Amino acid sequence: MQKPEPIITIEHVSHSFGDKIVLDDINLVVRKGEFVTILGPSGCGKTTLLRLIAGFQKASEGKFTLGGTDVTETPPHHRPVNTVFQKYALFPHLNVYQNIAFGLNLKKLPSADIKRKVMHVLKMVTMTDYEERDVGSLSGGQQQRVAIARAIVNEPQVLLLDEPLAALDLKMRKDMQMEIRAMHKKLGITFVYVTHDQEEALTLSDTIVVMSEGKIQQIGTPTEIYNEPANAFVADFIGESNIMNGVMIKDSLVEFADHQFECVDKGFGQNEPVDVVLRPEDIYIFELSEAAQFTGTVTSCIFKGVHYEMMVITPEGYEFLIQDYHNFEVGRTVSLLVKPNDIHVMKKERLINTFEGVVIDKTQVRFLGHTFKLDEKISVANGSKVKVAVDFNKIILQDNEEDGMIRGDVRFILYKGDHYHLTVVTKDQEHIFVDTNDVWDDGDRIGITIPPESIQIINQ
Amino acid sequence: MIKRILSRSYLGVLLIMLYAPILIIIIFSFTESKVLGNWTGFSFKLYTSIFKSGVHHSLSNALWNTLIIGLISAFASMILGTMAAIGIYNLRPRARKTVQLLNTIPILNPDIITAISLFLLFISLGFSQGYTTVILAHITFCTPYVVLSVLPRLRRMNENLYEAALDLGATPFYALRKIMLPELKPGMISGFILAFTLSIDDFVVTLFTIGNQGLETLSTYIYADARKGGLTPELRPLSAIIFITVLVLLLFINQRSVKKKR
Amino acid sequence: MQRNLKSFIGLRRNWSIPYLLFLALFVLIPLGLIVYYAFTSHDGAFTLTNFRKFWMHPEAMNTFIFSIGIALITTVLCLILGYPAAYILSRMESQNAQILVLLFILPMWVNFLIRTLATVALFDFLSLPLGKGSLIFGMVYNFLPFMIYPIYNILQKTDSNLIEAAQDLGANPRQVFLKTILPLSAPGISSGIMMVFMPVISTFAIAELLTINNIKLFGTTLQENIYNGMWNYGAALSLVMLLLIGLTSLLNNEGTANDSAEGGLI
Repeated sequence: MQKPEPIITIEHVSHSFGDKIVLDDINLVVRKGEFVTILGPSGCGKTTLLRLIAGFQKASEGKFTLGGTDVTETPPHHRPVNTVFQKYALFPHLNVYQNIAFGLNLKKLPSADIKRKVMHVLKMVTMTDYEERDVGSLSGGQQQRVAIARAIVNEPQVLLLDEPLAALDLKMRKDMQMEIRAMHKKLGITFVYVTHDQEEALTLSDTIVVMSEGKIQQIGTPTEIYNEPANAFVADFIGESNIMNGVMIKDSLVEFADHQFECVDKGFGQNEPVDVVLRPEDIYIFELSEAAQFTGTVTSCIFKGVHYEMMVITPEGYEFLIQDYHNFEVGRTVSLLVKPNDIHVMKKERLINTFEGVVIDKTQVRFLGHTFKLDEKISVANGSKVKVAVDFNKIILQDNEEDGMIRGDVRFILYKGDHYHLTVVTKDQEHIFVDTNDVWDDGDRIGITIPPESIQIINQ
Repeated sequence: MIKRILSRSYLGVLLIMLYAPILIIIIFSFTESKVLGNWTGFSFKLYTSIFKSGVHHSLSNALWNTLIIGLISAFASMILGTMAAIGIYNLRPRARKTVQLLNTIPILNPDIITAISLFLLFISLGFSQGYTTVILAHITFCTPYVVLSVLPRLRRMNENLYEAALDLGATPFYALRKIMLPELKPGMISGFILAFTLSIDDFVVTLFTIGNQGLETLSTYIYADARKGGLTPELRPLSAIIFITVLVLLLFINQRSVKKKR
Repeated sequence: MQRNLKSFIGLRRNWSIPYLLFLALFVLIPLGLIVYYAFTSHDGAFTLTNFRKFWMHPEAMNTFIFSIGIALITTVLCLILGYPAAYILSRMESQNAQILVLLFILPMWVNFLIRTLATVALFDFLSLPLGKGSLIFGMVYNFLPFMIYPIYNILQKTDSNLIEAAQDLGANPRQVFLKTILPLSAPGISSGIMMVFMPVISTFAIAELLTINNIKLFGTTLQENIYNGMWNYGAALSLVMLLLIGLTSLLNNEGTANDSAEGGLI
């Protein structure tokens, strides 16, 4: 089957607010009629990307085309796209009919046409008879329908939806998901949908674009994203998963949790450190038997409606999340097995923190906006630029912001079975990656200390 | 229950204290005596005499000047302040804080400082003092209040409304006129009323910027009058009328807004 | 060129520029002029004589200290009288409260000079002497609404759950008031203090009218000097007052007046 032609192309788009980079070299092609979801945690830049497509903001760099024409410089009111806003943004002084007719009136259509079109979309969103109502008197779900009607009545080439269901309750959200899906089929126009809800993305989309920290992490169909996550972030964000540090011994053999497993991945270097992802439903759990690859003890077991969710700890001290239709009570020793197909091996993005630094003198170097003491004297000229490397597990985090040499916020937490891998963002938006056994919460404000002995200087 | 009665009567006593002087004025507007506080029998004469043209030429002049200065400076403050509020709302956080701080200076400045500083400005610039300088001075102390009454409307407004209009094909000007203005209107109106009130009630700043070309507002008229040793008797019915009008108007507006809320 | 202009206007943060220019010309430069005049002599040369004169001149100094005293007394009285009123109003049903608050603000629509003259008439009527007593009454009368309004405003916004939470945690009514309500209303109190103390210290006309020219406040001293052409000395006195005000507002948690003035008095 031939792929439909592209309708939106985004080339090398970057955007920043002041010093803060919110989008970093985004490239994306959306094809005609596609339902594309941009998925990511809050602050990942997804809404900014949508606003750039709509034209509310101008990208710092890069190029946009819509339907083959360059629209990089086109103001929003000349773009063939319409937006459904998260908080509806219905005009409070206009009634339902006037809200929906707003765009058509601007196009100076004959009023008979306007009336026909408005009635048609009202019927489509099952809001017939509401046209005289004050928008303030409508429920959240009804306002959302009016917002959608107001956008689609203009027959845009692309409909942009910015977390349109975020303000609705769970039941309403499920219903609206089905309606939006049906509407997409019926209208046949392209939908670009922004959400932070992975389940919503998996349900609705033809294509999912996973974003984090202003970068696209992966583009793929829901199945691809779920089954073949490109990195630890995607694996963690989409569905639940066990993510472990591992080592690729050789092709098709990986070691993690102190055991070696047969797998299907090839092409890594010998003994290359990797991330290993196991979905909780892919780990087989059964009574102690010869077939076990490894064993563990159940530490918790919760019934989740259809399946049981269990935490199992191995004698070596690694924890696994396992989902199964059978339950094993707490304290039982069980056998565990993973099939080669279900082991997802991913290249590690980094093995060590590296920072740009400047040598102050023989015993001091400045990086991350702070001057650090060194353990050993270095013989590099003052003022010269160097690379500084710090191991993930050599960084000390403190409860009290003031106690640290620098301050930061915990931004992203990854449980690796026996420790946490944190991303800490400093005031200057620098990222520090930390391995720790302590429990921190997302958003914690912390002090960061880097002891002299853990700072390695790499001469440039 | 006792607590309730006690607290109500406390408010009652305070209100009586606040209204006693005004009551005195209203009562003594129905008598002809030259001196306030001296009852010489019930009469409507003062009421009829303020409406007779020519009798108190300088008083009616002062009244007109007050109204005209009030309307012009309130209107100008409303325009300037609304634009400023829209601008401030769209500034980056740090700049916004600074401008908001600047905006509070005229509010925190005592009248007399504003008055003296503007007096020195007009002297230094060699402006001849009169209508223009009074109006400029009034705009100076009124605009911050307009900014403060429009800003909350902007903050309460759905931040996407303007963008939604652009998205549906409106030009920025059209979106401003048809979407933003209706939303800001209540704030602008209350800013206007506040500015008008401040302007007509002002005395100190007016006194310092009005010059000596014979221009007078109600405040400077009364002040001159009082220094001469007495209040023009016609001021009593005039104050009574203004007070009652404002009272009725405000109660009416309040009633309407209460109804609307329901 | 036209395109540039259009994009300049299109950027809405630029809309604050006219006002910024206006503020610069009519607020900042005039304040600068006060400083300039205060530190110069009649012929424009730098001098400190103006301040020395104030320091050496017992009359001006006395008026200054007396004015601070009157302002303090007025502020304290307004707080003592106004806080309970604001509290009672904030606990009332909002409709009734709105009307009552309006009634408290309403006298301000009568020209303050007329109100002051009426106070004089009231004292005459009751055959009370005009002096410090009438001065303080007149001041409290004039400025009480400025104390009530900001405190009422903040108390009314206070989440009643907080008070209930305090009760729930075992506080008796006195403790609820001292530990919860009072600290929560602190910003209102502090802007109320600012809105009473500063105008009182700088008023003129009110004092003369209320005491038949017997008592003069610092505002009057300022006005007289400017009117008699002593601009430099007048500017120096203004600067002294500005410093006092700066000091008060620093002591008073800087700029809380912002909160209460927001939304206007109506």
